[in-house]
Amino acid sequence: MTSIFRSRYAVGIGFLVAAVLLFAVAPAVLTTFRLGLLGKYLCYAMVAVGIGLAWGRGGMLTLGQGVFFGIGAYLMAMHLKLADAGPGAVPDFMALISSEGVPWWWEPFRSGTVTIIAILVLPTLLAVLLGQATFRRKVRGAYFAILSQALAAAFAILLIGNPVATGGSTGLNNFKGFFGFSLRDPANRQMLYFIAAAALLVMVLVARQLMVSRFGELLVACRDGEERVRFLGYDPATVKTVAFAVAAMMAGVGGALFVPIVGIISPNDVGVVPSIGLLIGVAIGGRTTLAGPVLGAIAVAWAETSLSEQFPSGWTYVQGLMFMLVVAFLPGGLASLVKWRRTAKADPPPPPAAEKDLTPEPAGGAQA
Amino acid sequence: MDILVTQVFNGLSGGSILLLAALGLALTFGQMGVINMAHGEFMMAGAYTAYVCQQLLGSAGVSLLVSLPIAFLIGGLLGVVLEATLLRRMYHRPLDTLLVTWGVSLILQQLARDLFGTAGVDVAAPAWLSGPVEILGFAFPRSRLFILVLAIVAVVAVTLVLKLTPLGRRIRATVQNRQLAESAGISTRRTDMLTFFIGSGLAGIAGVALTLMGSISSNLGTSYIVDAFLVVIIGGIGQIKGAVIAAFVLGVAQSWIEYSTSASIAKVIVFALVVAFLQFRPQGIFQVRTRSLV
Repeated sequence: MTSIFRSRYAVGIGFLVAAVLLFAVAPAVLTTFRLGLLGKYLCYAMVAVGIGLAWGRGGMLTLGQGVFFGIGAYLMAMHLKLADAGPGAVPDFMALISSEGVPWWWEPFRSGTVTIIAILVLPTLLAVLLGQATFRRKVRGAYFAILSQALAAAFAILLIGNPVATGGSTGLNNFKGFFGFSLRDPANRQMLYFIAAAALLVMVLVARQLMVSRFGELLVACRDGEERVRFLGYDPATVKTVAFAVAAMMAGVGGALFVPIVGIISPNDVGVVPSIGLLIGVAIGGRTTLAGPVLGAIAVAWAETSLSEQFPSGWTYVQGLMFMLVVAFLPGGLASLVKWRRTAKADPPPPPAAEKDLTPEPAGGAQA
Repeated sequence: MDILVTQVFNGLSGGSILLLAALGLALTFGQMGVINMAHGEFMMAGAYTAYVCQQLLGSAGVSLLVSLPIAFLIGGLLGVVLEATLLRRMYHRPLDTLLVTWGVSLILQQLARDLFGTAGVDVAAPAWLSGPVEILGFAFPRSRLFILVLAIVAVVAVTLVLKLTPLGRRIRATVQNRQLAESAGISTRRTDMLTFFIGSGLAGIAGVALTLMGSISSNLGTSYIVDAFLVVIIGGIGQIKGAVIAAFVLGVAQSWIEYSTSASIAKVIVFALVVAFLQFRPQGIFQVRTRSLV
């Protein structure tokens, strides 16, 4: 029982430190520009929390989180474009290439409330549909991964193929306001960063509650022995669908906040390549842990910015090498090194059974 | 009638390209369970092999024929290196092979960009493949017919190798029961390596064929890999005949839906159809029945 107590204690401390860093230290030491970059990394971290839940805990390797991220982002971008244009008017990019006016399915998103509800509901709904369609028929492992990748490919092609409605390959950009606040004002940009930081902390709390709950144990059980869970009378399809839907909702919110913070959304941010790119941070940080995906995603996004500033083509090599080396030789991520050190230092070695309950090892979808 | 023939031919032609891309995957993914995301980049390597051959030899007709075996070798060697260095230690973690090979594909793509530039390069089609050929009053592009024939030859060759040769017997034995094959004296490591060599070599040949379809660039592989994996999934794991049927059905369906809607909508509809199909046959067209639960 000591280990559970210690773990709860550690999580509380870690959470407090993170909150102080995000809300007090970062705004004090970073320029507005750097703070905006950090806000962007936090958006990726939100997606990573969901991936950690679905992939690390649930064994569902989802290569299509960019789709949910993109749905959230494009919904927000559509609302911002419509709000910039004013009531009843046509957004600027649309007026340039077409005279037909606003497509009918854009109209509801003139309302901010509808947009926020849609951002929360639509990605979740799509994930529930896809999850039910696949998990119920026991489509899993590699099959599920490839289907989610095909979804990302189809989504990007759909966006590029409809330049009038979605801005095509340029995407949507040049937003002026955010729910009535000007995006030019540094104070408002800082407010956006605070919203992102708060959203991330809430998501980490939600993920933590889900992981320690009975649901979390069922999810890990589904990953390691789906048939056994079924024999015990539970429905693995429902458990997995819920985790997948939560991950999708987190990705959608991350995307929605990404748009005002970064100021552009395009198919380059949501297709196959960026969707898989979101995974590397999770893998480096430690896919089964709570903090690993968050820290990994932020570190990778930070490394990408600073490296591609200096060596534009070098980043791709680094990213490729990280995928190869980390996944092949350190499947538990950096978190497994920390854990190993901690176990080595501890005076009385913790009983193996208790340790296993708290820190399930990745099975890597052996039943694929 | 005209439209019907054209659309069906376009579908078969698209299907034959998919089939060439998916045939190697059906071996490596289907038979070994390894998800090789770098398969598309092996195709790219084959395409650039054809380009380099043409630059060196000059004559388009000779270089195409020369580049086919060379591309097979280059693709195969890339595959063997990948298998021996990384994948060998990961057979019990199939999902992780996906991410590792994704990293390999990122590096190969960037390498191609640094070596050959970001702009696409063209490989000239030989004289005997340019222009249409008249069959029953319909004009068919020769290059597309060539790819169709190439795909059929490749399928027949792979089937014969699997069915008749000692190597094919070893591969089938290893797929069906690895431990039993090993205790019967088969070196499963060597078999794995050879399977990977053939599968990746087929990717190289597919790459050469793709040079007849248009200019080639570093993202050649990415545009085919997703569809190729869908073909293997629909066909059923470890089934060459399933891949053949799936490739042509997918090709014809894609061409028809594209004709009646648009290219981007067609992708989405095809995806929805694949998910719907898996509702009825989650294991693909042909499934190996076993009593195992997973």
